[in-house]
Amino acid sequence: MSEITPSLLMLQLVTGIALGTVYALLAIGLSLIFGMLNVVNFAHGAFFMVGAFLGVYFLGLTGNFWLALVIAPLVTGGIGLFAERFLVRPLYGRGIDYPLLLTFGLSYVLIDVVRATFGIEGLPSSTPAALRGAVNLGFGHFPLYRLFLIAATAVVVLALWLFLEKTRYGLIIRAGSRDAEIVRVLGVDITRVWWLVFGLGTAIAGLSGVLAAPTRAVNPEMGIPVLAESFVVTVVGGMGSLPGAVVAGILVGVVFSMTALLAPAYAEMSIFVLMALVLLVRPQGFFGKAGALG
Amino acid sequence: MSLENLVNLGARYRVASVLLFLLAFPWLMPYEALAVNILIFGLFAVGFNLVFGYTGMLSFGHASFLGVGSYLTGIAMVHFGLHWLAAIVVGVLASLLAGLVVGYLAIRTRGIYFSMVTLALGQVIYYLFYKAERWTGGENGLRGIKAEVIDLFGFRIDFLNPMTKYYVIWFFVALAMWLVSRILASPFGAVIEAIRENEKRTAACGYDVARAKLLIFVISAGVCGLAGSLRALHLSVVPVDSLHYLQSGQAVMMCLLGGMGTFFGPFVGAGVFLYLEDVVTTLTKYWMGAVGLLFMALVLFFPRGIWGTLVHQLQRRGLLQVERP
Repeated sequence: MSEITPSLLMLQLVTGIALGTVYALLAIGLSLIFGMLNVVNFAHGAFFMVGAFLGVYFLGLTGNFWLALVIAPLVTGGIGLFAERFLVRPLYGRGIDYPLLLTFGLSYVLIDVVRATFGIEGLPSSTPAALRGAVNLGFGHFPLYRLFLIAATAVVVLALWLFLEKTRYGLIIRAGSRDAEIVRVLGVDITRVWWLVFGLGTAIAGLSGVLAAPTRAVNPEMGIPVLAESFVVTVVGGMGSLPGAVVAGILVGVVFSMTALLAPAYAEMSIFVLMALVLLVRPQGFFGKAGALG
Repeated sequence: MSLENLVNLGARYRVASVLLFLLAFPWLMPYEALAVNILIFGLFAVGFNLVFGYTGMLSFGHASFLGVGSYLTGIAMVHFGLHWLAAIVVGVLASLLAGLVVGYLAIRTRGIYFSMVTLALGQVIYYLFYKAERWTGGENGLRGIKAEVIDLFGFRIDFLNPMTKYYVIWFFVALAMWLVSRILASPFGAVIEAIRENEKRTAACGYDVARAKLLIFVISAGVCGLAGSLRALHLSVVPVDSLHYLQSGQAVMMCLLGGMGTFFGPFVGAGVFLYLEDVVTTLTKYWMGAVGLLFMALVLFFPRGIWGTLVHQLQRRGLLQVERP
């Protein structure tokens, strides 16, 4: 094993943060949907996978990464809108387990639809030309694309925060996640808000898929472990909390990449151990409210 | 005797009826291996149903207990040369322990969180066995499990004979079903159903909800572990996928398909599911998508499941007087 130097640790730390941004985006999508609709989207990993495939597909079609970065999440969000309208909506008021089970079934269907469309082997993905190469960070060279991941996530999180905190529609969403009944009484079509939030959440899952595609193998099963990992992030950060999703996402990314450096065999396991520790000490997660676990 | 009386008699002696049916079951199936598979997964679904159907806790980590039962039975036989009877005990004890650890952590959360946490903890166990290649064979699974022949007063118990294998496994399933039935009919069984209906009220009535949840979780893990042990003997290998959360999802599907919270429903679900798999996979390679569609249709239109609907209809028409068949 090569010697572990401070600069190697720093590089691995930034790698972890870059990985963590993908987790953070996934958890944000999951938390948005949960906070609003009280639905855990078990198809979240599948939406991530669909986003990755569409991203690679549109990149090949148009040759323009930025275009693919916009179109793929929109299409993924469109599938999400369809799923909410025709599959999830009939289940409101029938117990919290039913939407969960339904989205689990949906993930199976999405996986097989992608297999039928793009083949079981998956698609070859590569870093877009404009974002290739490495940047000197002072302690070593770091891939430009991973720095782009961090920047892109920062932009998305900032935009989302401005949308939720500073716009009228964001106000309705925040009010609706506090008390949907009151918002409905005030004359807001809350069903429509739920619909759009589900679309937004799945679009963000798609976006994280597009962003992650150049850094990992794009195949129909890629979303299966991602679902479990995004659950870890949500539990650690606190369900329904956006700051929690960001902080926990980055923490989980850093824990993963540090374990990958120091004890590679335990890398996959480390984040689950982190979750178990959080459950023991603070079951509601970093930013979750106590008693919100009901 | 009229049909109505027969139905009620069957419902009153539910364990006996189930076991009688399962005695004749291999002759209804196209081949014995499928019957054995249904028997094992039926038991797995019954164990899962204790937590999901009766206590109302949707676990997505029950593959862990199936897998731990399988692996520890296999490891005891392959690495330590234990007799298969002793190895079954090892497998069940290990899954009880796994159930205690996972349950202790998971019951700190409720509702949706419980599902997420059990899924994630199940993945820990998956990676643990995946990485311990020296003991578990890693990605290739554990191979080379051979059950010794027992000579019982001239009657040979040989697992190479599929019918013998079926009835040996039937015997263990019978024990487990009897135990499950006794637990459900006990005051403790009433407490877990009360938790499903209203957790706060149950706590207010003075029952220790956390302890009851943990206890039923551990019992359920043990039943699933027994199914896993038997599966290791049946397959003579342990595939690593048996620990994956998709396997837990299969238990959920079987329960839902048959009817959650019914005694025999999970068996019906396991039977229909595996029979369909057997037929559909010869017709199309998109079995996973077909399962997904079936599952969504069940959730949307048919949440009582096959057996659940039958029981419900019989009760509604007054043909079935037994309260909890």
